[in-house]
Amino acid sequence: MDIWFFLIQVLNGLQYGLLLFLVASGLTLIFGIMGIINLAHGSFYMLGAYLTFWLLQSVDSLLLAIVLALPISAAVGYLIEALLVRVLYRRDHLDQVLLTYGLILIFNEAQRMLWGGDVHGIKVPAALDWSIPLTDTLSYPVYRMAISAVCAALAVGMYLVIQRTRFGMWIRAGASNRDMVAALGINVNLLFGAVFALGAVLAALSGAIAAPISSIGPGMGDTVLIICFVVVVIGGVGSIKGAFLGALLIGLADTFGKVLAPDFASFSVYAVMAAVLLVKPRGLFA
Amino acid sequence: MSRLPRSLSILLSVAIILLGAYPLFGDVLFPNKHAFLMQKLTGIMIMAVMAMSLDLLVGVAGLVSMGHAAFFGLGGYMLAMLSPEYSAANLWVVLPAALVVVAIASAMVGYLSIRTSGIYFIMVTLAFGQMGFYFFNDSKLAGGSDGAYIMVKPAVEILGVSLLNLGDKRTLYYVGLGALVGVYLLLRVVLASPFGRVVSAIGVNENRVRGLGFDPVAYKLLAFTIGGTIAGLAGFLAAIQYGFVNPATLSWHHSGEALVMVILGGMGTLFGPAIGAFVFELAKMGFESVTEHWLLPMGAMIIGIVLLLPKGVGGLLLQLFSGRSKMEGGQ
Repeated sequence: MDIWFFLIQVLNGLQYGLLLFLVASGLTLIFGIMGIINLAHGSFYMLGAYLTFWLLQSVDSLLLAIVLALPISAAVGYLIEALLVRVLYRRDHLDQVLLTYGLILIFNEAQRMLWGGDVHGIKVPAALDWSIPLTDTLSYPVYRMAISAVCAALAVGMYLVIQRTRFGMWIRAGASNRDMVAALGINVNLLFGAVFALGAVLAALSGAIAAPISSIGPGMGDTVLIICFVVVVIGGVGSIKGAFLGALLIGLADTFGKVLAPDFASFSVYAVMAAVLLVKPRGLFA
Repeated sequence: MSRLPRSLSILLSVAIILLGAYPLFGDVLFPNKHAFLMQKLTGIMIMAVMAMSLDLLVGVAGLVSMGHAAFFGLGGYMLAMLSPEYSAANLWVVLPAALVVVAIASAMVGYLSIRTSGIYFIMVTLAFGQMGFYFFNDSKLAGGSDGAYIMVKPAVEILGVSLLNLGDKRTLYYVGLGALVGVYLLLRVVLASPFGRVVSAIGVNENRVRGLGFDPVAYKLLAFTIGGTIAGLAGFLAAIQYGFVNPATLSWHHSGEALVMVILGGMGTLFGPAIGAFVFELAKMGFESVTEHWLLPMGAMIIGIVLLLPKGVGGLLLQLFSGRSKMEGGQ
């Protein structure tokens, strides 16, 4: 393998991994803090992509469409938390799985009713639609680098918010003892609603920024959901640091799997998971 | 698992007898739709077998698996891969072979998943189920994403004499009914055995079981393997019925449906999930006949069940009948 070709695959793997981290971090945050396993998380990813696609029919700028899509996703997330998920805090995981599974069916069908079963695409914005030449024949698209940069910046931002701000302190406190936090006068319902909405926004943002380099179609949320589960399982449920490393690992495994063994590309990801489980049954950072 | 209240046993037996008699009087009741309904019921009885096998894991052992359909699908794929293209396979060879492969696969997945618990177990089984899905979806082993056909149904012969013609719809109906009753009784025997009692105890309190000197991992692994193998049997029968397998039979949506059947029927009751399969499939039929967007009411129904009926239909029936038998002075 040519060194430049290898480098491009590494960049692709890291870019995919960073994007996966953005989706998976919401999933693991919601579990770690609220104790909720949310199967509908992938639906928010789909929602973000479809909203952006839909808004682009009225506005010209991708950035503006994404900015408009995010508050809508946050509102949907907050409503779902307030109306349905809130009932589940005292229930077991089985009920959570089933209720959010029911939500997936509703999301998928609503998507088909609103936007149909066709596969759509979004154009890469002109300002970012160029490539950095590496050799005579190989180059690397700038938009992919922009995705990596946005995801990396958000990862740092999330770390700072959770570790260094008062809001982050509430979140960490709510995760370890919900009742005590409530007794200290913090509105836990509002806090958890905000966390759930935040998770929804992270997933929707990932779906939106990934849309120009992938396609928008039915079932896109399900695929992402399962891969995020693998990421979270590898990293350790509830651990943001674990999700970060797990996402990079899976991003690279998937990219190189596609290059080296195209017939079993989707398989390589699960092989990595099985290997990690053999050595560390609770993930790398549980 | 304790004995069922007598009146409930009678009710369930009557239901089975009615199911058994259906091919005889179905023609009169539904003259236009009889053949369709008989096929539908065959499919539902096979799904009921799958739901009961999942109940052994979820309701009895406390192992919430979201990847159970992988074993169902694998059972079907084994039939498709072992059948010769233009002649009949020998059932006495392909059925045991398929079940052995499914048993090995479920033991392997079980070995890796059972070391985890709770939410982790759910995610791991889901991921392994999808691994099975992609295995058949991406590889060219059996038609890839298009699936594979079973052109000729397997032959059931002893010494060259044909016992059953699986191509006949009514025969297949009774095979499905036989599997439903047979698996139910088998699982009741398993649960009444010392092994089954330990598994039930693990579902209630694993630490105490460990404290009593049992190794929960070994018991859970065996329960997982038994459940997976029975799901494989259901998938095998479904493949005979439809003459077709595709990767969707392994997908996590199918696992989710089975889980809904278990909850809808009432987990841990064994007969409940079988009822759940009937209610689920009939509701699906009803929604489909009303709107092409049937997933919408289906999703709403599932959410409604979780919120309003956490113990399922089976739990409701048990409560109803155990109350009555107490008044009658029964067990």
